[in-house]
Amino acid sequence: MKDRKQTDAPDETMVTEATTPRPKGHAALGREIQAKIGQQLRAYYDSLIEPTPERFAELLRQLDKADSKEPNE
Amino acid sequence: MSVDPAIRDAMLAAVPSLRAFAISLCGNVDRADDLVQETLLRALANIHSFQQGTNMPAWLFTILRNLFRSEYRKRRREVEDPDGSYAETLKTRPEQIGRVEFREFGEALSKLPQDQREALILVGASGFSYEETADICGCAVGTIKSRVNRARTRLARLLSIDDPDDFGPDRTTRAVLTGDDVA
Repeated sequence: MKDRKQTDAPDETMVTEATTPRPKGHAALGREIQAKIGQQLRAYYDSLIEPTPERFAELLRQLDKADSKEPNE
Repeated sequence: MSVDPAIRDAMLAAVPSLRAFAISLCGNVDRADDLVQETLLRALANIHSFQQGTNMPAWLFTILRNLFRSEYRKRRREVEDPDGSYAETLKTRPEQIGRVEFREFGEALSKLPQDQREALILVGASGFSYEETADICGCAVGTIKSRVNRARTRLARLLSIDDPDDFGPDRTTRAVLTGDDVA
């Protein structure tokens, strides 16, 4: 992948804070940014959550039945 | 032997989150559903090794993660793809899933290395503690912490969360300060 060459350099991102008075700088990942990512991640994940598809409930029920019938055939 | 209804209910209760985890790992709903199904079958086949009263979701997530990993490794071997570039193309097609407003995020997530992605999701979305996540991934808590940190840093970069207006001038400023080439 092409973004491989920009290797993670967490140290480099920590330096700027003192020299730049901007409220949202390139800080090591300020709390605000972390919170934003956390929110987006949860929103994304929650958007994938659906009630258990019937297929899985059915699967477990069938297995249950099959088990109690003794699989002789 | 049939399954204790309490255990079955606990399994079913874990499915929605397990499925969301599977989708965000492989980026494909059909494959995710297959993974969940395979996970439930494995879990039932090994139900004797599950101790009642312990953490059912963590147990299922562990199984699913291992299945996903071994499938990924297998594909990589089958097509003689030692550097994983073919497997990479199989990995995710995020445009297939989720609502429009989450596609950009899903896409960024899919660009993270697998280790980092799973750690971030387990801790940040599935609701596991660092300790539980370390158990699920079979590594040390410290490793999980650093993976999560790296995942966040990379995501912030991919999503330009650090204020896009700021990015140009700042890069220039930094280049001036460090003597780097801006272009």
